[in-house]
Order: sequence, then C-alpha cells, then structure tokens
Amino acid sequence: MKKRFLMIVLAAIMVLALSACGGGSDEPAAPPADTGSGAAAETPANEPEPESGDPVTVGFIYIGTVNDGGYTQAQHNGTVALQEEFGDKIKTVWLEGIDDTNTQAASDAAKQLIDQGASIVIGTSFGFGDALNELANSGEYDDITFLHFSGSYINDHNLGNYFGAMEEPRYLSGIIAGLQTETNKLGYVAAYPYTEVKIGINAFALGAQSVNPDAVVNVVYTNSWYDPAGEKQAAEALLSQGCDVITQHADTTGPQLAAADAGVFAVGYNLDNSGLEGLEDAFLTAPIWHHEVFLKPTISAILDGTWTPESYYGTLADGYIDLAPLTKNVTDEAKAKVEEVRAQILSGEFKIFTGPIEYADGTVLAEEGQSLDRGQIWTIDQVIKGVNAPE
Amino acid sequence: MISPVRITKRDNVPPRKTAFILTISIVLALIFSGIVLLFFDLDPLKVFGTIVTGALGTPMRIEQTLIKAIPLTIASLGILVAFKMKFWNIGGEGQIMMGALCASYVALNHGDLPPSVLLPLMAAASVAGGGVWALIPAAFKAKMGTNETIFTLMMNYIIIKIVMYLQYGPWKDPASKGFPKIPSFSENAVLPDVFGLHIGWIFMIVLTIAVFLFMGYTKKGYEITVVGESLDTARYAGMNVPVIIMVAMFISGGLLGFVGFVQASAIEKTLTWGLSSNYGFTAIITCWLARLNAITTLFVCLAFALLLQGASYIQLSMNVSSSIADVVQGVILFFVLGSDFFLRYKVKWVGLKNAVEARVYHD
Repeated sequence: MKKRFLMIVLAAIMVLALSACGGGSDEPAAPPADTGSGAAAETPANEPEPESGDPVTVGFIYIGTVNDGGYTQAQHNGTVALQEEFGDKIKTVWLEGIDDTNTQAASDAAKQLIDQGASIVIGTSFGFGDALNELANSGEYDDITFLHFSGSYINDHNLGNYFGAMEEPRYLSGIIAGLQTETNKLGYVAAYPYTEVKIGINAFALGAQSVNPDAVVNVVYTNSWYDPAGEKQAAEALLSQGCDVITQHADTTGPQLAAADAGVFAVGYNLDNSGLEGLEDAFLTAPIWHHEVFLKPTISAILDGTWTPESYYGTLADGYIDLAPLTKNVTDEAKAKVEEVRAQILSGEFKIFTGPIEYADGTVLAEEGQSLDRGQIWTIDQVIKGVNAPE
Repeated sequence: MISPVRITKRDNVPPRKTAFILTISIVLALIFSGIVLLFFDLDPLKVFGTIVTGALGTPMRIEQTLIKAIPLTIASLGILVAFKMKFWNIGGEGQIMMGALCASYVALNHGDLPPSVLLPLMAAASVAGGGVWALIPAAFKAKMGTNETIFTLMMNYIIIKIVMYLQYGPWKDPASKGFPKIPSFSENAVLPDVFGLHIGWIFMIVLTIAVFLFMGYTKKGYEITVVGESLDTARYAGMNVPVIIMVAMFISGGLLGFVGFVQASAIEKTLTWGLSSNYGFTAIITCWLARLNAITTLFVCLAFALLLQGASYIQLSMNVSSSIADVVQGVILFFVLGSDFFLRYKVKWVGLKNAVEARVYHD
C-alpha cells in the first residue's frame, strides 16, 4: 500500500514542481484574458460589460480541424476575417476536433472557452446545439452570448442561431452537373438523412433536372459530418455505380479527391478548392460560405450592447453564401445558364422550391406555381423524384 | 537467443527503488515530450505548467477534471475486479453502453416517475444490463474455456451497433427533423448536483471504498484473487471456479454498466452511441497503473483526468493543435507504463561475451 501511495505522491510532486517552474513564466501572459471574463462569469450582476481596452474574447467550437479543406476551414476563414476586422478589440480563440455526437464534449468545450475568458461562444456544428442550449438557459451563463450555427435553438436573452439558404448555390451547382454529366448519374456523398441535408440534395437534383430531365442523383449517407476516409469510400461507391459528377454534403475533400482519381468532375462544398493539387481537372465549383458576412455585424452588435437573439438566414443576395468561381472545367453553356439563373435568384424572380415538385414516393412537395418559403423548406423530410437515397 | 541483457522477474521492490524508477520515468517522459514540443516551437516548461493550471486553476477547471475522473474511476474499479481474476475484460465499452441502454430504456418509458423511484430503477437496470453483458463471455469462459479477450472485445461492437441502430431508427426523436438523436430524458431522470457537481462524485468515492473492502476483506474477494493467482490452487481448495468467474464478471460488468447510467443521466441526458467516450478502454490503463488496488485506482484516475483536462486546456490557451496535445499525452503514458515493466522485471547488462558463454554452458 505505502509503496503505491508513494508512487502517486511522487508523481504529483514532480508535476507540481514543474508547474511551479512553468507557472512563473505563464503568469504574466495569462491574467489579462483570465481576469477579464473569468471574473465576469462569476460575478454576473456587477459588470456585464467588459472594461473598454480589454479585448472581448470570442470562442469558437469546431468539429474538424481548421485546415480540413472544407467545412471547418470555411468556418475558420470567417473567424480570421472577424479578427482582422476588429483588431485588438476582440480576441478569437477556438477548439478543434470536438465530437458533435455527445453532449459532454460540446459542453466541456464551451465551458473551457468561457473559463479562458470567452464572453461569446459560437458552436459551429449542429450537434453542439443541445449543449449550448442547456448552458444558455442554465442561468449560470447569462453574461455569455451563445450563437449556434445550423440549429434552431433560440431564447430571449443570450442564445441565437444562424444559417444560410444553401439551397440557392446548390441548385446552381446542380445545373452545371446536369449539363456536364454523360452518364446522367450524379453522385451525392451526404452526411445524415436529416432535413438540412435533404434540402441540399433536393435543390441539387432540381437544378440538374431543370437542364437535364434524365439526370438522377444517387445518394450515399456516411452518418457523420466529418469522416475523411468514409467520405472517400462513399464517393468510390458512387463512382462504381457510374456517377460521373460527384458532389457532397460532408466536411472534407475526400469525395473531390476520389472523383479526381477516377477522372470525373467534382462539385465541392464549403470552400473553393480549385487550387488544390490534384483537383485541377476535376473541380467545377462549390457552394460556399462567407461566415464573416454574419459574424462581423453580429459581433459588432454584441459589443455595442444592441444585439438581440435572432435566427439569421443568409442568402445569395446577402453574400453570406455563394457559388465559388466557376473553373476552366465548366463549359461555356453551363456558365451562361448559371449566370442567367443566378440573376433571377438575386432579383427574387426565381425561388428554388417552386412547384410542381413531387417526393420520390409520389406525394406532393409543392403544387404547380407554389413557392416554398423558409419555414416550409425546413419541413422537407424526403428526397424528391429522381433521387435514389437509402432511407 | 543470445542477448547482452538478462531479464528476470523481480520479487519485491523496495519503496526507495520504486520511487527511483518512477521518478526516472517521469523525468524521461517530460524530457521526451519536451523535445517533441520544442520541435513545434513551444516552451515545454510553460506547456507543462499550463497543463496543471488548466486542470486545477479555477473551480470550473477542477469541476471539469472531476467530471472526467468520475466515469474513469468507476470504470477502472469494474475492470479491476475482472483483472484481479486475470480475466481480461476488454469489453468495458460495451458494458458501459449496455448499462446506458438499459437505464435509458427506463428513463424514456417511465420519465414521469418521481426521481426517488426513477433514478434507483435506472441504476438497477444499468447494473443488471452491464452485468449480464459481461456474464455472457464469463459463462462461455467458465463452461467452455473460450478466450475472453476476443469475446469481450467483440461484445463491444455488438452493443455499440445496436445503440446506433436504435439511434438511427426506432428510438430516433420524431422532433429532430430526421437527425439521428434519441429524445432527451425528462428532468426526473437527471442525477442531481451535490455541492455544484453531479452526485456521481459521491458514487465514485463510495464505490472505491466498497471495491477496496470487497477485494481485500471478503471471502468472495479473496476467492477472486486466488482464481487469478492459480486456478489449480483454487480448485484444490474446493472453490467453485465457474461460479466465482461468473460472480466476479457480473460485478465487473455491473460497475461498468453503472458508469453508463451516470453518463447518460448526469452528462448526456440521453443515450448516444458515442457515450462511452473510450472510458472502458482508458480504464484498462488506469487500473493497471494502479496495480489493481482500488484506492490507488482512485488517485491514478484523478491524475489521469488531470492530464486529459490539462491537455485539452493547452489546446486553447497556448494555441497548441489537438494532435500535439495527444502526442504529449502519449509520450507521458508510454514512459509511465514502461516504468511498470522495470518495476516488475530486473534488467541486467551482462555483456555479449557473458551471454554467449552462458549460452554455451546451457547447450
């Protein structure tokens, strides 16, 4: 017994001794951030606004790594732009690789950010929503502003959400795919059979069908937002079915690389990967995010104290979402068509989900002449005709 | 084989030697992880210091450290009972999931019961579930002599896939718009806080003492140890070995199942297939480091949780990528686990010449 205790005690002493050496050099650096909001978190009533001069810490929770070539990198580009915009008025910090399938991971991450001084916590994956909602409504973090990307949680004082009408650029990318396919089979690597994903699949299919009535979209679900290997495998499965344009609703470059390997076209997602090595002859375009378009005014409003919780839904017209510049691989015909439809979307003349649209099982999604609004779009729970997706 | 070093088993290591070997291993761990950090242009001393302040610096950090220590400790206690019997229970993950599944079944279907009834029911269901899940490989081992390592390992995948199936299918929350998640528990099914931390910390302490007493001071505990030391001795002493194996594994699985209940109720507030968070595997390391002693296990788990929390803290405070934090953790573990080898075995440099001569004599 004694021996074992000695082991532990010794281990502890060693670590503590080192911390004492390390602590010395650590102290001067840490306090500004620590005292700034650590104190704010513990004494809610006294000082809701941080002292001017101290930067406000904005903390991001990421599901992937900031250089994943896709989703998280796009999120992080927004963060970097935000930091540049506000200079020393804010300090952006982030945690990468946070699992979004269990609440503990997200909750730990948020608490960690708050502990390190963050007074604004931004969770950038759907699965972080439950944890943020719980913390925001716990009463313990009323001084902290929580923002959630892609979810619908909102409260009346410190929790808002944001997202974009990705169906618009997805439709446009579908036009290109529909025009450039030779087999009339388009492959779609999708994360989950969840509404957001089905909206994207349907929009892409509608775009393709608008120029090529014979085009079908084959879908493989990876059941993960972020799975580099799984996404590549899913793309390979689609390629073996004869798909000659591959697109994706998943975080990494896996599907694009698989398409390039097979010598077919790829429509990316999240980021303009046209410059990525190996994709030169495959990459067509990608529906992309400009997160700074939301973040800049929102953070500014929070700093001014004028922010109230909202459910933001950025559009092509807002510049929050876009289609990456069309590459040399896109035909002139497709370029012209995309420009035409894009102008109609921007002017409000054309809405993506305009009837008649039927679900794959024959039920009606939109009647002839009916255009779905945001609320209606977000009730979509099936794929449309011309899409083959496992249920 | 001719080798210039000779390895022999140590009988008893004097405390001073233990301390010496351990100190050396920790120093080496720090030096090597320091070199790794230098490669990435980081100040090692600052990183190590920050790991400690990151785990213990504020009440919130201490809370986060303890939240990780609770499931790890209880899981380690469960693994300990099996390992004491030299039954290599690698199925901790699965037993945690099974416990969580059973507790969740009760919570989701009887969420309107008052907490005083619901929570004990969930706990009982989780212990029974985890216990039975461990009993299956135990029964096969006891009756047919199957290899428990492979068996328990495979049982993990079965239950994780079952939970995945439930999450993506029958138990999917209808309100989630097709996103694969199981509905959250009602308030009644959530474990209460005691002094600002969920009540699991009390379970952790009570169970540590209980397992310590059980293994050291009860007949069953003694029998389990004897079976682990020598099957023949156990049989010769007239012990009913199959029954002992099954009882021990039920206790082991039951403790792990209980972890599932604590995590589902206090942390996730629902069931998810990622719930076990590798605690079932990490527990193997911690209880082994603790030399299968329950009290030591508690302290090793606290130290381990400190390392986990500290490592996630440096990611943020020092802008260290998560992979570097993992590398540091891996290096430290490698050396501390490596030192265990030197505590159990004596390694002597005999020189190549002597080794060859010894070989000649033997031949």
